[in-house]
This record gives sequence, C-alpha cells and structure tokens, in this order.
Amino acid sequence: MNRKVVIFKNVSKSYPLYHQMMGIKNFLFNLPRGIRSMRNTRFEALKEISFEIEKGETLGIIGRNGAGKSTILGLIAGVLKPTQGTVFVEGRVSPLLELGAGLHPDLTGRENILLNGVLIGFLKTEVLKKMDDIIAFSEIKEFIDQPVRVYSSGMLARLGFSIVANLDPEILLIDEVLAVGDIDFQKKCLDRMLEFKRKGVTMVFVSHSMPYVEKICDRIMWIDNHSIKMIGATKDIIKLYFGSK
Amino acid sequence: MKMTKNTEKKLQHFIDLIIVFTQKDLKVRYKNSFLGYLWSIAHPLAFALVFFIAFKVVVKIQVENYTLFLISGLFPWQWFANSVNGAPMMFLNNASIIKKVNFPRNVLVFTHVLQDMIHFLLAIPVVVLFLIIYGKTPSISWCYGITILLFIQFFITYGLSLIVASTNLFFRDLERLTILFTTLLFYFTPIIYSEHMIPNHYKPLIYLNPLASLMISWRNLFMGGILNVTEICLAFIYAIIIFFLGHIVYKSLSWRFAEIL
Repeated sequence: MNRKVVIFKNVSKSYPLYHQMMGIKNFLFNLPRGIRSMRNTRFEALKEISFEIEKGETLGIIGRNGAGKSTILGLIAGVLKPTQGTVFVEGRVSPLLELGAGLHPDLTGRENILLNGVLIGFLKTEVLKKMDDIIAFSEIKEFIDQPVRVYSSGMLARLGFSIVANLDPEILLIDEVLAVGDIDFQKKCLDRMLEFKRKGVTMVFVSHSMPYVEKICDRIMWIDNHSIKMIGATKDIIKLYFGSK
Repeated sequence: MKMTKNTEKKLQHFIDLIIVFTQKDLKVRYKNSFLGYLWSIAHPLAFALVFFIAFKVVVKIQVENYTLFLISGLFPWQWFANSVNGAPMMFLNNASIIKKVNFPRNVLVFTHVLQDMIHFLLAIPVVVLFLIIYGKTPSISWCYGITILLFIQFFITYGLSLIVASTNLFFRDLERLTILFTTLLFYFTPIIYSEHMIPNHYKPLIYLNPLASLMISWRNLFMGGILNVTEICLAFIYAIIIFFLGHIVYKSLSWRFAEIL
C-alpha cells in the first residue's frame, strides 16, 4: 500500500455568481439586494467529492465540459479553497499551463524558461541548472533565442511541456494541453510521461482524448454533474463511459 | 529546524520571483529602444512645462526657481501615480497564471511598484541637470536622504496599489475611480504650490494627505539637501499604516482571486 499524496474528503466547492455585482456603482446603489443575491445565488462546481491518489499513481479525470474537472485541478494546485470538506496535498505541485500562459510574447524562449520555471515554484538556480536539458528536450533549436511571439502553437506547447517535464515534478497536473504538438512530439511527451510513471511521479491527467487516457492512466475518475459518477480501473471505466453514449 | 529551512526557501523563491519579473518588465520596456526611458522622463517634463506656463507665466506665482521646484515634486509623484493608476489591472492582466499556479500574488504588485521606482531613479539625473542649470549642486545628504524617502514611498505606493489591485477584482469599475482619485490627490498635495502658501487656517489639513509630507520632503531634499525630521517621521508613520492596511486587504481577499477571475 503506497502513501496517499492527495486526499479529498467530502469536498464541495461553490462560487458566488460575482458578475451580478460587478462595479462599485451598482453595488452601492443596490446594497441590500446586492448582498442578498451574493449570498443566495451560488454556483455549485463540486458536490461532496471524496477520493485519494497514491504516490506514483496516474489518475485520469474525464467528463463533459463544465462538469468540474478544472475545479478539481485548481483545488489540488491550491489556488482554490474548498467551501466544505478538506483537501490534503503532499509534495510540490507542478501545473502544466495552457498554451502560452505564463510566457511573455516579447521575451525569448530562453528568457521565458526562466520566468516560467520560477513562476511554477522553482528557484532560479534550479531552473538555470536544467536550462540545457529543457532546450534540448523542446527541440526548438535556434528559435530558442527568438521572441516567443514568432512561435507556432506547436512550439509553444513544446516549450511549456519541456519546462515542466525537466524540472523534477512531484505531482504533475496536466489539463488537456498535449493535443497541439505534432505526432512526433506527442509521442515524446507520452514517453516522458511513461518514464515519470516508472520514476514514481504522481500525475493527474484531464483529457478528452481517450487513447491517451487509456495508455497512461492507472485509474480513471469520471466526473458527471459535479460529482463522481464512477472511479476505478482504466479499462472498466472506459468501457462504461463509451457504453453510456 | 525543518521549518526554518522551509521559510528560508520560500523567501529565496519570493526574491527570485521578484528578480525574474522585474527583469522581464525592464527587458520588455527597453527592448531595442531608448524610447521607454525617454517616455518616463518626457511625461513629467511635459507637465512641468504646462504648469510653468500656467502658474509662472500666467498666474505669476511667487516661488523661486519654479521649474526646479516643479520637477523635484513631479518626478516622485509620477512614480506614485503610475504605480497606483496601473494597479487595477495588475491581477486582472495575469488571470491565466493566477488561476493555475499557486505563487504569492503580491509579487505582481511588488515588482510593478519596483519597476516604477527604478524609472524614477533613472530620472534623477534630469533633476541634477536642472539643479546645475540653476547654479546649484546635489548635496551629500542625498546619499541617505534618497534611500530613506525611497523606502517610505515604496511602502506607501505598494500598500495602496495592493488595496486597489485586490478590490478591483471584486468591483471592476475601480480603474476610473483610481485615476480620478490620484488626479484629485495631486492638487491637494503641495507640488505645484508650496506648503507655505496655504493659509494658516487650513495648513494642518494638508497633513491628512499621506502624500503631502513625503512630497515636501522630496522637494526639500532635491532643492536644498534638507531633511526635515518631523516631515519624514510623519511620512514614515503613514507608510507603515498604509503598508499594513494593504497587506490585510490582500490577505483577506487573495484566496478568492482564482475563483473570481
């Protein structure tokens, strides 16, 4: 039995619908009503979710858009706080950012590697030490000293994945970002993820691409209507998921 | 023991974040052009010209070396106003990373204010140039005087920017209000006029303005190398209060940033 590195206990998350009170002017003119509507109209993103992830395990999260998958990643990353229940996470969380997020278009690839690496929680010296590995893995070659605004979306994806993948992640969060690279690079990412599995890196993988999910995940959590519909071994869940369609 | 090592690493990471973010801002601003620097000087100089025409030429204000007088107040003010006016967009413009990465968000505001401070420092040679034109020279007291006032202004500006940046996520129309606020505050601060010109009756009121004693101190320092202890102490007290206020507002709101963006 492995150590649990992520534990969700009866976690619920709801957001007030803030757009109803945007603007200080509106807020002041409708003060009592504004406060009341803030309290009452809440959007429930997750309802009473409980699950655990063991160290070294790869958990896939599948489900429709808006089902609450990204909220789960936000809770693991620590950028969101649960409304109810407790979230326990042990270890450094490395989120793989969406295309181009955290990169500045006017800086070169090399400069962006440092910026992004420090942003996701590493020290400058740690990033500089891995600089050459990151550049080599990305295969961006001479473009690395060009501003990233001239990069194609595939190159941005390569850069983003290379940064996270070469900085010794402990818990890696991947939110549907691998679809952009070309076939060769996708294969390379997949190989690296399988290597992570062997090394005992914990991964949480949100995706709509079932072939990928099938290849790398040990277990799958199927989120439907803001709660867990099913959780279990990859094979079983995929069969049921396609069966339900 | 493990605890201290952890906080040490956290502090080091905070410093690294500030370094890379500031490098980024400066590189982007000064990339392949000198224009970025010129801009941070041209703006206050243009205002100095306008005020000179309006108040010296037209109104015939009784202030000696009025151009120098204006410049020594307008440059530090420019730093303050730029930072605070830019604050509403500070978190908003970084929504994509705030939603995904759990990094200390106040770094964004910190580096923003730091960057404007660096521009102000780079503009000080212009003040020296005008001193020389008026037949004066910088004083030795600048060495420590500038350092002290930099710290005070940094904490006032940072605290206020933190309040504006955080609350703007909840009330998105704060941007206009902020510009209105800084513009009005400018005219209530003795920059285009001297504090000695205020009628005795109203004089104490000027110190309700947290920026007043700071801007007076800058001008005294630049023009005569004078550091008035009372003015500086008052500015320092305001700096501490505003810094803590900013920190409290930020702390109580920051956990909701990711869900509101």
